[in-house]
Amino acid sequence: MKENDIKFVEDSFKKYYFVHFDQIRVPNRASEREFGYQKFNSGMIRHISIKSDNELHLLFMQNIPSDVYCSNAYYSFPNMPMNEKEWKEADLIFDIDAKDLNLSCRVNHTVSICSQCNKISKNSTQCLKCNSTKLEKKSLPCKNCIDASKTEILKLSEILIDDLAVLPENIHVYFSGNEGFHVYVYNSQFQQIGSRERSELADYIMFRGMIPETFGMKKFKLDRSTFPDFNEKGWRGRFSKYVFGSKSKRSKIISELIANGYSSFQKILDDASENIGVKIDPNVTMDIHRIFRLPGSINSKSGLTKLFCQNLSKFDPYVEASFLNDDSIEVIANCPIQFNLKNKKFGPYNNEKVAVPTFVAVYMICKKLATLA
Amino acid sequence: MLALGQDEIAKYPFLADAGQYLKDKGFTLEQFGTDSDLKQLIDKAFDRILVAADGKIYKSDLDGDHVQTDAALPREVFSFLLAIVLLKLSGMHTLIKRFALAEARRAEKYLEKDLANISDESKKQLAIKIIDDLFSVQIEKQNDYFVIPVSNYLKHSINFHEREWKLINRHVENGQVYLTPHETVRLIRKELGTYISTKIINAKTPSMIPGFEDSVNKLILLSKKFSTYTVTTGEYPPCIKHAIEILEKGENLPHSGRFMLATFLLSKGQTVQQIAPLFKNAPDYNERVTLYQLNHLAGTSGSGTQYSCPSCEKLKTQTLCFAIPECNNIINPLQFGKKRS
Repeated sequence: MKENDIKFVEDSFKKYYFVHFDQIRVPNRASEREFGYQKFNSGMIRHISIKSDNELHLLFMQNIPSDVYCSNAYYSFPNMPMNEKEWKEADLIFDIDAKDLNLSCRVNHTVSICSQCNKISKNSTQCLKCNSTKLEKKSLPCKNCIDASKTEILKLSEILIDDLAVLPENIHVYFSGNEGFHVYVYNSQFQQIGSRERSELADYIMFRGMIPETFGMKKFKLDRSTFPDFNEKGWRGRFSKYVFGSKSKRSKIISELIANGYSSFQKILDDASENIGVKIDPNVTMDIHRIFRLPGSINSKSGLTKLFCQNLSKFDPYVEASFLNDDSIEVIANCPIQFNLKNKKFGPYNNEKVAVPTFVAVYMICKKLATLA
Repeated sequence: MLALGQDEIAKYPFLADAGQYLKDKGFTLEQFGTDSDLKQLIDKAFDRILVAADGKIYKSDLDGDHVQTDAALPREVFSFLLAIVLLKLSGMHTLIKRFALAEARRAEKYLEKDLANISDESKKQLAIKIIDDLFSVQIEKQNDYFVIPVSNYLKHSINFHEREWKLINRHVENGQVYLTPHETVRLIRKELGTYISTKIINAKTPSMIPGFEDSVNKLILLSKKFSTYTVTTGEYPPCIKHAIEILEKGENLPHSGRFMLATFLLSKGQTVQQIAPLFKNAPDYNERVTLYQLNHLAGTSGSGTQYSCPSCEKLKTQTLCFAIPECNNIINPLQFGKKRS
């Protein structure tokens, strides 16, 4: 990012932080957590300990960070190097990102920026100008992306509550500030489990690693009564609904499944992951030392705020998470895609000088699709 | 400590305090080496090790839940304690491992039988208590099943590599996993083996006892049979090949894939300077950052921790695994192509 763009974005962030300190709170048990931050065009500074809201606000004012992070883990000594921190436990966390949902809308609102010549195009495989294959993808998510993410969150919540006995009030959903959501689970039986256990939990939630026997299919001595039924709890019940569709078809479909054999059943199971499994990023869930964007802070990939979703079904991030001011500013915008912010349409812009509100200018600059005029 | 009845000590002899048991029965180790009647027990102990070394479970004199004769019970316990003395005197670690595993399997059989016992509630309660005391696994009976909290289940199940133990292949409901008595006991097999082998390893080694020499020498000879050597084909596993291909094509390899590739090659003895050029084609290549990260993984900078190559299971979760038949029976890419002979 160019110097004057950085200065402009930093100023906008600073104004937001100054006005909205009420939104930026340290989480529970802050003194046991690790914090970290980044500034534009610079590396990550982490292993910081912050104990109070005041200390946190000071960090924002002194450094004007581009991004601020906080661990889901609790440590005895959060500001020590990793192997001396003494890990105690970690909240269970899930990342649901629109880019991982294989949505058909993605191609319509994703652009490629060539790492060699900076040419921006909607072509996804190679640069139209210099043929380079080193492309950076930027997406401006649409309503469909957000709705699909919400569906995944609902699927996830159902499994957490029904199968894993998590209390609904202990599940908190946050918009990540860019293309997805972070789901936090507090006070569950999983606080103290390690990385390998969390990876198993991730496979469970994603519906991966099944063997046919679990769902009634065997290699020999097949028995119709071992196949799952609609009213069963857990994955056997969910798989029933998926594979049989309706109760009346169950018997006929079981006969087909048996006729098609064991390996064909395995294939049906593997394909089912894509449909009924929850599309979380397993790497996030199994990482017990990660630091996550701090709720209330701005995501420098978009200029939007990471925000707690009080009412998920009605939540519209591109209205509710945009807090920057609407002072007009001139930019050179090269944004071939139209997007919505605060209920207004912007773009497409073809390498042109336009005056737009600050929140729009920052959004495009953060996406590398505009610079100050 | 658990209060154990007579036949329980015979079933779970590793729970007994060996020294105390001998004292209570009025014996010393020396007597076993000299008294001709007691000397048979050394042969019995030797047999017990032999069977274990062969990968089988020692068939005891215990019939079902009841000891056939009064004398059978102490014989059973003595042969276990003497086997440990013989193993300690031989100092052969492979034999200790095999013996501990076989004894764990033997105890498993009894635990399972006790758990499934519907006529004798106290036997079931003892089995539940042993499992809780020794391995902090809280199980509860629910109809025909034993239920255990998911988090507790995971701590043990991650040690298994068979897919049937994956949580997805379990009946999970309301935060609990449902297990049969057999599965419940199977779940703690590794811990049971570790418990027994730790107990043996931590036991004091006595000085040679007259009358024990023959058996000890035979054990030393026996353990030679188990030494192995490995050969390596030198070929890379498919996950590593795949990662290299991606990079060669100039496509993006995710962070987890780069981590796998770098840690794998470092473990194979390549240097940071040899590995760094592999990443040159990555869309976001930055030489300074690459060297920094590689040095970090190698442990030459930062915390000094040397990172190891992730397990196959972890790579599966990260969709970095492209297993081929030659991958059967390995649990880490580093084991690929190694053959024991």
